[in-house]
Amino acid sequence: MLTAALEAMRERLRGGIGEVALVRGMLVLDVEPAVLLRTVGDLKAEHGFDLLLDITAIDWPGRTPRFDVVYHLYSTRHFLRIRLKVRVPESDPTVDSLATLFGAARFHERECHDMYGIVFRGNSDLRPILLYEGFDGHPLRKDYAKQDEQPLVRYRR
Amino acid sequence: MRDPIATAVMANPVRSAFGPGRDGQVVVNIGPSHPATHGTIQVIAALDGEKVTRVDVHCGYLHRGFEKECESHTWTNVIPYVDRLNYCSGLINNFAYCEAVEALLDIQITPRCRYLRTLLSEYSRVADHLTCVAASLMELGAMTAFLYLVMIRDYIYEHLADLTGARVTYTYGRIGGLAHDLPDGWLPRLEEILAQYEVFVGRIHGLMDRNRIFIDRTRNVGVLSTAEAINWGFTGPILRSTGAPRDLRKDVPYLAYAELDFEVPVGINGDNYDRYYVRMCEMDESVHMIRQLVDMLPAGPINVDDRRCVLPEKRLVYTEIESLINHFKLIMDGPQVPAGEVYSAQEAPNGELGFYIISTGGGQPYKLHVRAPSFVHMGGLRRLLEGYQLADIIPTFGSVNMIGGECDR
Repeated sequence: MLTAALEAMRERLRGGIGEVALVRGMLVLDVEPAVLLRTVGDLKAEHGFDLLLDITAIDWPGRTPRFDVVYHLYSTRHFLRIRLKVRVPESDPTVDSLATLFGAARFHERECHDMYGIVFRGNSDLRPILLYEGFDGHPLRKDYAKQDEQPLVRYRR
Repeated sequence: MRDPIATAVMANPVRSAFGPGRDGQVVVNIGPSHPATHGTIQVIAALDGEKVTRVDVHCGYLHRGFEKECESHTWTNVIPYVDRLNYCSGLINNFAYCEAVEALLDIQITPRCRYLRTLLSEYSRVADHLTCVAASLMELGAMTAFLYLVMIRDYIYEHLADLTGARVTYTYGRIGGLAHDLPDGWLPRLEEILAQYEVFVGRIHGLMDRNRIFIDRTRNVGVLSTAEAINWGFTGPILRSTGAPRDLRKDVPYLAYAELDFEVPVGINGDNYDRYYVRMCEMDESVHMIRQLVDMLPAGPINVDDRRCVLPEKRLVYTEIESLINHFKLIMDGPQVPAGEVYSAQEAPNGELGFYIISTGGGQPYKLHVRAPSFVHMGGLRRLLEGYQLADIIPTFGSVNMIGGECDR
């Protein structure tokens, strides 16, 4: 049942959005940064992907462009999930913010900014959310060593 | 040279989005050192008299680098960490994580394991909802209701301790199965506890449902529409309280849910009262499911027969070299999970709990990201608080059931 629904959605997306792959029960699409906002807007308005589940990034050091920004969307009408991936370079890790489309994007983008240093153009509030003011670096980048500590108060002697 | 800590001590770890207004607007700070905010959430609220006009929610006080830590442990060693995400229902976290890794390994779990996981997930959901309802009622002054509910929760915790050896952090799920089968006498005790549950939850309905004080404090407070809930990413009981019957157990059935008879309770108004009532009804549905599952529980092995992830029998480890090496490699190097990526989600008590995992092949995850419902809910919390009274912040926050472990990771 799910496979049939996925195939139907895949056919439907082929016209407007583009070629979508099918990986482990999920639609997967690579998107160019320039068309991200339009693609997600179409998915939301035309195809019922109305719930933004998650935004995160993947660090591939040594690859150019270095980062994948990953979006997961869910359709509360069709019960299907789609994953979007946008590649951004280390020199300018910027993508458009989805805050105009989804309220939920605000917190996700703040976290992703904290952890990977991705800049979301159009999100006016990228203050630290899981980290704190003045934290130096982005801990989920592969070049941030796990044992690097930045305590706010001294350890007791 | 400048001492980095000396300057850091001076700085505030949090920068508020706004300060006191020019027109005499008062800004108050609630938490993180406040019992109702679990010691981890900070709410900065601008007030107009008693009315909350603007809210800035901060989390992260319990951030412990969960995702970073997972990248340097074997797939099996991650299981104790996921217990500590939502520590009110650790088993569901266990099973959701194991399911994601099993998808990468392309493993079908055994029928007995599938039914047991479903049963224990529903049992955990009851414990989690009991905690949430008990705490949010206590915050409104209902001490009797709190003690009744927490007593039942404690029966469940003790009962799960009989099964797993731990009250809260169970580490009972395994990739490809479970740690061990049910001990003798576990199922009869289960029915005893469910009977007790019915007695005491019946009393809570009698105490609270038509209680004038309770209704005055919760009806039309923290109201949310379905469209707004979806826009802000709310899932689980909060989304259902707005009237949308969205539940992954029904919509995308996993484990044994397709074979069970159950309803998806929904609210009308999306306010604090509906969130209370939806949780109460969901517990009844869970108990109904547990009883069905006890009857359906098949015999058979609980672990798949797959040497890539399941430890060989101890007897064989001690007697033959192949099993000894197999055991050694699984412990030291971890299960070798093929390269790939997966997003796998389950309906946790708070909403959609998703694990997004990248494997590049080998014994450790390359990346492991958790889509934690509590974190998303904190992003939308201001919509529930703005426009209501200062005194409503605590009950509304309680009705959202924020769990610091999964929110801050």
